[in-house]
Amino acid sequence: MSTPSPFPPVPAPPSTETVRVTVDGRALDVPKMMPDWQGRLQPTTMLQACQAAGVEVPHYCYHSKLPVAGNCRMCLVEFGTPLMGPDRKPVTEADGSPKIARSVLPYEPGTPRGAIACATPISPGMEIYPGSPATKQMREAVLESLLINHPLDCPICDQAGECKLQEYSVEHGQAASRFVEPKVHKPKAVDLGPRIMLDDERCILCTRCVRFTKDIVGDDKLGIVNRGSYNTIAAYPGTRFENNYTLNTVDICPVGALTSKDFRFQMRVWFLKETSSVCTSCATGCNITIWSREERVHRYTPRDNDAVNASWMCDQGRLHYRWIGRADRLREVQGARAGSRTWRAVLAGVAKALLSAKPGSVAVVASARQTTEELYLLAKLAARLGAVTDSVPRFGEADRLLVNADKNPNMAGARLTGIAADEPGSRLMEIAAGIASGTIRTLIVFGEDVTRHGIEPEMLSRLETLVVSDILPNETTSRAHFLLPGCAHAEKRGTFVNAKGHVQRFLKAIEPPGDARPEAEFLVELLQLMAAHDFPTPASGFSMEALFNRMARDVPGLTGLEWARLGEGGAPASV
Amino acid sequence: MPQEFRLILKQADVPGYTPDVECYLRHGGYETLRRCLALAPKDLSDGKHQSPQEQIRDEVLKSGLRGRGGAGFSAGLKWSFVDRKSGKPIYLICNADESEPGTFKDRQILHKDPHQLIEGMIIACFANDVHLAYIYIRGEMPEGARLLNQALREARARGFLGRNILGSAYDLEIHVHRGAGAYICGEETGLIESLEGKRAYPRIKPPYFPAVLGLYQCPTIVNNVETLAAVRHILAMGASEYAKLGTPNNTGTRIVSVSGHVKRPGYFEIEVGKATLGELIFHENFGGGLREGRTLKAVIPGGSSAKVFKAGEKFKLRRRAADGQMSPVDVDLLDLPYDFDSLQQAGSMSGSGAIIVMDDSTDMVAALANISEFYAHESCGQCTPCREGALWMSKALHRMTHGHGRRQDAEYLLHIAQNIQGRTICAFGEAAAWPVLSFVKKFRDEFEARGAADEAGSDLLPHAAIGAGAGPTAERKLAASPRSE
Repeated sequence: MSTPSPFPPVPAPPSTETVRVTVDGRALDVPKMMPDWQGRLQPTTMLQACQAAGVEVPHYCYHSKLPVAGNCRMCLVEFGTPLMGPDRKPVTEADGSPKIARSVLPYEPGTPRGAIACATPISPGMEIYPGSPATKQMREAVLESLLINHPLDCPICDQAGECKLQEYSVEHGQAASRFVEPKVHKPKAVDLGPRIMLDDERCILCTRCVRFTKDIVGDDKLGIVNRGSYNTIAAYPGTRFENNYTLNTVDICPVGALTSKDFRFQMRVWFLKETSSVCTSCATGCNITIWSREERVHRYTPRDNDAVNASWMCDQGRLHYRWIGRADRLREVQGARAGSRTWRAVLAGVAKALLSAKPGSVAVVASARQTTEELYLLAKLAARLGAVTDSVPRFGEADRLLVNADKNPNMAGARLTGIAADEPGSRLMEIAAGIASGTIRTLIVFGEDVTRHGIEPEMLSRLETLVVSDILPNETTSRAHFLLPGCAHAEKRGTFVNAKGHVQRFLKAIEPPGDARPEAEFLVELLQLMAAHDFPTPASGFSMEALFNRMARDVPGLTGLEWARLGEGGAPASV
Repeated sequence: MPQEFRLILKQADVPGYTPDVECYLRHGGYETLRRCLALAPKDLSDGKHQSPQEQIRDEVLKSGLRGRGGAGFSAGLKWSFVDRKSGKPIYLICNADESEPGTFKDRQILHKDPHQLIEGMIIACFANDVHLAYIYIRGEMPEGARLLNQALREARARGFLGRNILGSAYDLEIHVHRGAGAYICGEETGLIESLEGKRAYPRIKPPYFPAVLGLYQCPTIVNNVETLAAVRHILAMGASEYAKLGTPNNTGTRIVSVSGHVKRPGYFEIEVGKATLGELIFHENFGGGLREGRTLKAVIPGGSSAKVFKAGEKFKLRRRAADGQMSPVDVDLLDLPYDFDSLQQAGSMSGSGAIIVMDDSTDMVAALANISEFYAHESCGQCTPCREGALWMSKALHRMTHGHGRRQDAEYLLHIAQNIQGRTICAFGEAAAWPVLSFVKKFRDEFEARGAADEAGSDLLPHAAIGAGAGPTAERKLAASPRSE
């Protein structure tokens, strides 16, 4: 592991050679080799074979993106292999089928022996019995063991509703406990790090958090102290659990041991609506789920995508959502004349002002935080007006995992649509000079505070027309002649193109506040008012799907893509 | 007349025999190593060549030597599993983490004749192309570690270790690594993890079979102290001579630790299977019988994790009759030959060779509580059934020995133990479960009587009727009689 390999690793395709196994009586051919947690081909496991058969084998410690530990024993399954005779040939039953020797304890041949499905490779002719009475008994026993010292505090536990201990107890557990001894007590409300709280009594010691932190992040901070039933997850003595990926341990913790300080005690998960989206904190575009309720975002969690972020996301991106619900969100559409407070009137005013602008006197500054569709429409608008365009670059720190130095989620989209200069931001000075010299009289700004990017506030006062769309107030919005409140990504649909050129769509989780509308919708209206584009408006059958498909036909690089085919995982642009 | 056959411990207790290299050399020490290193390639009848290393491995396989640590697996076969084509270095580890309660045999070798182990190790390392080996010694044996380090220095100084050993161009270094007091470090993959500087969590098998993916993910051999000492003798006397010792499939000698309620607790080296369990307990050459007026109640034949035998038990063993056919034969407990196969057929194991004798003064509930407390304390806690089950059993037994037994506790204990055995990462699960399963099954009346008495609120507990002063503490005192150490 000395040379840094690309992250996340791309899983190798399963081998074409197959092995015939039987899962609960159903024979099927499964690939002989399948990718392991690092994407490298390894002999297919019983668990993978069961998955291929559509049979879920319950498990706690196994995670497809972590090294196999085999410690929880929840995935123990009974199995059998073809019986070999002394001549090393398979023994057959009367009907000619191979005789199967069920695995038994070597020292007690009457008792079935299970094997952990997560780590046991399949072999030709193997029979796996995930539904057999013996398998069920093993699961029941493991669950009983996991529960005897568990505090059973579900009513006050944040994990309730998404807890594997709860779920498996319902599916595989017993209603009553035989345990009559005093429980083991361990530390509670352990302040593990700036974002994580730990309840050691709820912990089932699956070590997913330890393995993630060590093997994915490369941080040896977490480990186990004490011994036996007193085992306790802990950070190295005297240190805090602090890296930019700590909150992933909360996601992979199958129980309520690791909780997010940001989310704990805030909301019951079963009240939350899940929406597939994309993180906007950098150009990696980690796939996320937005968890919302009543037009409020409560948390982000990573969504699996092997082409982008595997199963992870950084803490910084995850916690960057509160701005969506800020009280000072722009919520009123405003026109140049006092009293222009409707979209119809304001857009008509904008169209009129733009149509009267002299060619060459207009500039557009768009944000690479906007969707590709919005940037496409702005590019159309700019073309109609003969406007100079650019975007604002935004750089910060990167790491070897998911954090990209480019902090714009869609700079690739800004390039593809031609909004951004070849070197993004390089035309901003030209625009500033144009305003200063009076050649640029009209400025259209979307999603950027240009006063922080080389265009001084007093220069904005010299403009004939300043059209601004944004989400939160800033110096530029305060000087706008026309203010068009837009939407956070959580409030609309669209696509971003990430740093690797992967086109990813995101869906709408919540309603925008006040007058705010998705920018693409009012942009098509504006273009129609200016007779610059024939795209359907919301009044005449606008749809994001159709807009995307139209754009894909129009924009080199997006050729061949279709909204419907982007699916949950996105598709590569042909950059 | 049954008697000891001292091969490994031949010199150990001879007055004047010291653990230093001069003394060892005076008694023919390192001569076997010299001969092994000087072996020439051999031409076989089928035209193939056999390297000196292969010849030694072949000898060990032919000797029938079985591992003396607990599982009794063929040492030669274990060596044959080593991946010799991986291109990675091969390591050998001497498991000197002797911790099984009742076992005190390896320390006799370590303390009294350490060079014998080192010579055996060097031969084993040479035979397996090992150039770096470790002795993982239990943390509680500081004197053993000191003596080993001294012995290694002496061996190095005399050219038995280091570069170009005895001019053979063979290089080997051996390091002593001290444990820190955990029983689980005796489990070979736990030992390997510990040696790598990690928490001694046993590894899952598959894929981490030491012969392929052992220390530092390289092929690794882990052998017990007594096993490696035996290698020296196999090469000294020849496999066929060694195989004449003991009984078929149970060859050689074995050091048996006898403790508990016997008059002469101590260690006895016997030819495997040439003494019976009864002789080891009662014969004057061995345990010397029970204390006056006592009768035998139970025997644990192979260290505390082995299943207990109840006095008077009879077993059906498969025996080869005069006509060569295998047929079942009735054998009384005390007539069980002390070997690997007989004890296994009788439902227990010879394990680490530790016989723990319990007379009629023993409270079986208390004895089991003592054993279970040990396993609860020593469970590494990695996998669920053992981590939770071992402490659960111990707590239940503690409750039972403190006046809060219940009628259903026998069943309760069996339920817990049955859910541990066969479901864990390593054999510790069996080690924790077997005492409980066997004690409760064979002395069920005692467990049920305890529960019934407690439920009835009676003070007339079974243990009250048993000899005063007997109990875990008294047993420990007995076991620690002067002769055993």
